[in-house]
Formats: sequence, structure tokens, C-alpha cells
Amino acid sequence: MSGGTSLYQAVILDHNRQPRNFRPLPAAASQAVAHNPLCGDTVEIGVVVRDGEVSEISFQGESCAVATASASLLTETLQGRGVPAALSLCDQYVAALAGTADPPELPDALRPLLTVRRFPGREQCAALPVQAIRAALRRFSGAD
Amino acid sequence: MSVVDPVNGRQVAALDVERIRRDFPILRREVHGKPLVYLDNGASAQRPEVVIEAEADCYRRYYANIHRGVHALSQESTSAFEAVRGKVKELLNAPSEREIVFTRGTTESINLVAQSHVRPMLKPGDEILITAMEHHSNIVPWQLLCDATGAKLVVVPFSDAGELSLEDVASRITARTRFISVMHVSNALGTINPVLEIVRLAREHGLTILLDGAQAAPHMPVDVQALDCDFYVFSAHKLYGPTGVGVLFGKYELLQAMPPWQGGGDMIRSVSFERTEFAEPPARFEAGTPNIAGVIGMGAAIDYFRALDPAAVFAHESALLRYAESELETVPGLRIIGNAAAKAGILSFVMEDAHPHDIGTILDADGVAIRAGHHCAQPVMQRYGVPATARASFAAYNTMAEVDALVASLHKVCDLFGR
Ligand SMILES: Cc1ncc(COP(=O)(O)O)c(C=O)c1O
Repeated sequence: MSGGTSLYQAVILDHNRQPRNFRPLPAAASQAVAHNPLCGDTVEIGVVVRDGEVSEISFQGESCAVATASASLLTETLQGRGVPAALSLCDQYVAALAGTADPPELPDALRPLLTVRRFPGREQCAALPVQAIRAALRRFSGAD
Repeated sequence: MSVVDPVNGRQVAALDVERIRRDFPILRREVHGKPLVYLDNGASAQRPEVVIEAEADCYRRYYANIHRGVHALSQESTSAFEAVRGKVKELLNAPSEREIVFTRGTTESINLVAQSHVRPMLKPGDEILITAMEHHSNIVPWQLLCDATGAKLVVVPFSDAGELSLEDVASRITARTRFISVMHVSNALGTINPVLEIVRLAREHGLTILLDGAQAAPHMPVDVQALDCDFYVFSAHKLYGPTGVGVLFGKYELLQAMPPWQGGGDMIRSVSFERTEFAEPPARFEAGTPNIAGVIGMGAAIDYFRALDPAAVFAHESALLRYAESELETVPGLRIIGNAAAKAGILSFVMEDAHPHDIGTILDADGVAIRAGHHCAQPVMQRYGVPATARASFAAYNTMAEVDALVASLHKVCDLFGR
């Protein structure tokens, strides 16, 4: 694949077409919404934390393929992680998207999304779900 | 060759598009190894060599600050700058050059009218009438004004096709209405609004009215005397001119009654700490050193556009629109947003399985530049229940072959995202 289509690798298309963990957020979940003012996209995240671990995470909203696949892959990756580990994974992912770092410990599952670095304006699409995840997790992080 | 002007049925000369394309240096470049197909003219058009050269020529040969020097360069700059008022007057068929105020663009022109014309007459409970299809720049200045004065923003809805009805406008004019502000052509839907009739409604109720011509002035003949509007505004950068420059046309007696909007140099007659006397319009509204070379560039852009003949540009862009609309029907799952009977060369659409951003990225790889987003018209997006649309918008230099390139690339989007 070449040009613009190279952003849309099979994994991303698959997660866009059939997003994992895309379902109504449980009432018990800590919820947060991220909004991209440039395009109007929204991603809503719901997280249930049990014994300090992400026991359930799901999302909803309306967004482009990149943001949807990013949310789908992130929710899969974060499932079962401890809150501090989940937050630090978010940081690594955002840094990798921005191209300021390429953390070796970033899970392979998220790597297909790093292609966005080559496409003008699309990095913020991949990063959109992270804003909501961070906000939803913050209440469990003990920081505030 | 000639074509029929879709507005009034008269014959206009067909544009020599190949010749026009040679006037625009940027159209020679490639994007990702493909020839550039620039269809984002609604956001900003490209500039012909004569505009680039006019600006550069000012800096190279005669630049100095205006209105204040006794030396040769200042005189030359001043006369080149002031000559542009006459060009704008001709473009809009305004009665007088004194009615042409230079601003930073449409946004600033609207804010100026909001602060200097409308604000002084507002009392709590008064109403300002706009429509649901306005650009954010014709919504937010009024909201700020309402917050500051206790006035109320009243919004006229539009139909599924993207059209305003005059009954809907008329029924929202009340005893408390103080001002009407409406876009001439919608940037998100392409609708050409019945502004002549809306101005007539304003007249019947003794109201003043502004027309946002950002998407109209660059694409069709505009005659502010025939329209009888009180204010008409547009930006140079959508009319093949520089960024950061725009126009406010205002009827002279209204401008004369308005207080200044910013204070500074160039807008006064005399200043002392006891009392400052303001200059007459338009200088009253042009505080500080303006974008001198930018205004001169706008003058060259207006000359260029008028030489093409705005009616011929409109006919050409209408033909592109009709062709594109029929070709887009071949793309599975594509839906055009905005199906008004009267439309300018703006084509907004959504696709069933692909988000506008993803469409934009795939088209970009083929060198096709379109806009993907809410086009600063979020209420319009909400009206159609979409977060965003993809938008192709045409200019004088676009060709049928470029429409084919757009459509071919959209078929790729389908192949990739279709189920
Ligand atoms: C209809 C309309 N009004 C106002 C504006 C704002 O113009 P500017 O950003 O040049 O001030 C635009 C630009 O997109 C527009 O399309």
C-alpha cells in the first residue's frame, strides 16, 4: 500500500469496522468525554476499577477511523492493568504519537497507529481517546 | 465560446481555464507525486502571479507608511493603497469610495459592525436576528454582544435541503428586533440565500442589515445598491488576494453615525487630553498602520477577478458543481449535504462508512485537497446530525478533469472502507 492508504492498515480498518469494547458505558463506570474542536469528533470512555485494576473499559461516540481504532486498541490494551500503569501507558503512547519518544515498552498492539506521524493533522485523532481515558482514570489515581 | 449565466440567463464568455491556470504558480506543483488538485477554495483560494507580484512590487519599489509622509515613497504608497478603495467600490458597485473600510477580514468587519453600529442601540430584551446556517464569525460576535447588553439572539432555522424560507425570517422579526445579519452564500452548504428579499423585509421593518459575502463576493457579481443592504463584508484571501485583509462596505450615513471601534493613529482629526475629534469614515475605522502591501495585493486580486468577469466565473463554477454532483452519484454510500435549488460551487458530503477526516487523508495522497471538518458551522452539522462533512469548493481555475480526479479518489475511499 502507498500514500494515504498506508495509514489504513488492516488492523486499523478492522478496529474501525468492528470496534472492540464499543458499547454503552455501564452506569457504575467513571466516565469522561473528549472532544476534538477541529472536527467535532467525540470519544466517551467509561472505566470500572476494581482492586486498583481496570476491570472494565468501554467507549462510545462518533469519530474517524483513526480515533475509533485508537480507542478500540487502547481499551483492549488497558484491560486488567493497574491504574498507575494504565496512566503511564497513556503517556508513552502520546509521546510516541508526537514523535518525541519511541518507548520500547509500548505494547506492539498500539504500534500500527504510530503511522499517523506521517499524516498532517492526524496525530490528534489518535490521541483523542487518551484525553478521555486519562480523565476517567484520574479519579482513581490518588493524585486528586 | 459563450455560456449562459445561470442567474439572469444572459450570455457570458466562457473562461479560458487553461490560461487562467497558468496565472497561478502554485497549480504547477505536485503533492505526494501527483498534480495538485486544489478544491479547498472555500477555506482560502490561491493567488495569481499578478497578486504576488503587486505585493512584492510595493516592497521592492515604493513601500513606506501611508497617510503621514511628505516624502515620495509615502505618497506613492498612499496613492496605491487609496486606489484600492475605488477598485472595491467598482467590485461591489458601491455608491462611493468613502463607504469602503479596510479591515483584517470578514471576521473583523462583522465585529466592527457589532461593536460600533449595533451595540449602541441595544437594550436588555432587544433581539438580533441571524440564521442557523451562519459561520461562527457571524454567530459569536452577536453572542458576545448579547452577553454584554442583555439582548437576545434569535435564530432562523433552515430546511433539510439547506434553504431559508422568507416566512421563517419574517415571522421572527418582532418589535424588539434591532438588527439582522445573514450570510449571502453558505460556506458549509453552498446555499445562495434570498438576500434581496431578506433585505426588503429589513426595510419594511425599518431595520438595518449586514450581509456576510465571504463566500459570495469571490464567486459572483455583487451589487450592493441593487441589494440595498446596509453593510456587506468579505475577505481578500478567498478572492485570490492576500490574507489578513478584508472589506466592510457600509452606507455612508450609517458609518458617519458610528463611534470608532479601535482608537489609535490615523483615525483622528485632532487629539488632546481634553478632547479627541475623530476622523470621518472610512479613516475613523482604520486605526493604526494597516496591512499596506496586503491591501495593494487585494487591489490586484480585484482587478484580476473583474477581468475574468464575475458572471463568467459563476457560470464556470456552476458547471463544475453540476458535473460534480452528477458524478458523485456514482460513489456508493455518498450523501450530499445541502441540496438547495440555488447553490454556489460548494459541495459538502458525507460517506456511509468513512469519516470526513479519513476521506481527506486518502484524497490528499492523490494530491486532492479538500476540507474535512465542521467548516466553522457547528450548528449546521448538528442540524444534519453529523460531526463533520467533507467539502470540495471550486474556483475559476478548477477543471472537469479535477472533478474526475476527486471522484476517482472517492472510489478508492469506498474500496478501502466499504463493507
Ligand atoms: C461565510 C463565511 N463567513 C465568514 C468567514 C470568516 O472569514 P475570515 O476568516 O476571513 O474572517 C468565512 C470563512 O471561512 C466564511 O466562509
